Amino acid sequence: MHMRDAVENILTFDAAATTAARRDDPRALTLRDVSLTVGDKALVHGANLTLNAEGITMIMGPNGAGKSLLLKLAHGLTPATGGQVLWGDTPLDDTARRTQAMVFQKPVVLRRSVAANVDFALRARGIRDAARRDALLDHVGLLGHARQPARLLSGGEQQRLALARALALKPKVMLLDEPTASLDPASVLKIEEIVQEAHSAGTKIIFVTHDPGQAGRLADDIVFVHRGRVHEHGPADLFLSRPETQEARDFLQGRIVV
Amino acid sequence: MQDFGEAFGLAFTLVLSGDADLFEIVALSLRVSLSATALACIIGLPLGALLAVTRFRGRGAVLILSNALMGLPPVVVGLIVYLHLSRAGPLGFLGLLYTPAAMIIAQTILITPIVMALSRQVIEDLHGEYADQFRSLVLGRWQMVQALIWDARFSLLTVGLAGFGRAVAEVGAVMIVGGNIDHLTRVMTTAIALETSKGDLALALALGLVLMVIALGVNALVQSLRMTAVRHAYA
Repeated sequence: MHMRDAVENILTFDAAATTAARRDDPRALTLRDVSLTVGDKALVHGANLTLNAEGITMIMGPNGAGKSLLLKLAHGLTPATGGQVLWGDTPLDDTARRTQAMVFQKPVVLRRSVAANVDFALRARGIRDAARRDALLDHVGLLGHARQPARLLSGGEQQRLALARALALKPKVMLLDEPTASLDPASVLKIEEIVQEAHSAGTKIIFVTHDPGQAGRLADDIVFVHRGRVHEHGPADLFLSRPETQEARDFLQGRIVV
Repeated sequence: MQDFGEAFGLAFTLVLSGDADLFEIVALSLRVSLSATALACIIGLPLGALLAVTRFRGRGAVLILSNALMGLPPVVVGLIVYLHLSRAGPLGFLGLLYTPAAMIIAQTILITPIVMALSRQVIEDLHGEYADQFRSLVLGRWQMVQALIWDARFSLLTVGLAGFGRAVAEVGAVMIVGGNIDHLTRVMTTAIALETSKGDLALALALGLVLMVIALGVNALVQSLRMTAVRHAYA
């Protein structure tokens, strides 16, 4: 198989079934009055949000705003204490989560070789396919490191490995929690390329960042979160040029938002 | 009683000459303790891993119990196994009392809590690191346990060696259930106790030397494994 075909094959899940942006599309996220309270402290306050099934959605906000929590609530890693999370028109469950993949700010790297890390994700779905694994590693530029212990990779390489593992699942939705934080510009660029390729192959991307420049490069729409509340949600160009709230204006202008 | 200098000389002679009795005792000790360690790992590792990834009511009490069992007195274990394996006991029909099998059972009971409690701690720490990824992948409990045991393999080998160290140095349990029968159930520790009480220090010292070498070897192996793991960032 030609390498281009191989890459398309490893990234594409079932594009024909999800070409139309329908409300029942399992890539469309709806949060209905979702809240998270720990003890007597409310960390997320009645979040209401509807995201299209397509495009790259960036979640932005200052440190501690609740961006990552929102992502974990959407993926079900942190159960909401109130409200409802829907993917398409179905409440979040294990079946929905199996169609998604999450990449964390600090990449979770198993104590095995680079290749074995990708094999692990494939086997979690009952797949043993060395050719697909190698195509994924080649896609993220790590094929030459396949036999190396994964934890000896650089930070950027580890994050690319985490992306390869996520892509191994052929996810309909990829949730990325600041995957480029603290990485060098070359790694950031490579990761953004991989994300855009996944998006082009039909995967819905939900990407947490606090970098307006990155949002400008990637986002179709932006959700602005502050103090556990969804303050704004709109098209990226509109949000970046004319934010509605003072907090968003301050954030975009680099002022400290507390 | 021999003087110490003479005893040391004789001990070295026994070791260096490859004395058959000495090496029969060493071989049986290793067979019993390695078998017990293998069994304890087969039982204790999955239990420790399961305890690490499972939350249930009463888990705290189970943790306290498993930690407390690490300090099981060998003679008590020996006594309990003896009561079960003796002719009047529930397992007397097996005819295992005063056999190496009984000694393996006693040592397995003695070190399984050690393997379980230490592996639980190792795996729980690792699970803290992997938990979100595992939940994201929607892994089943058994898949998690398998992955955690594999990824903690170097630390768990250290746990296994700690169990072996405890087993091979133990005397009370194997004395009670094995009976210290010459050419049948005599192991290093029971032989040392017997020869010392008889005043025959040469054999006792020779066995003590072998035991020390094994202890040092185990420690060297642990250290070497740890260095290998660190070198490959698998620790």
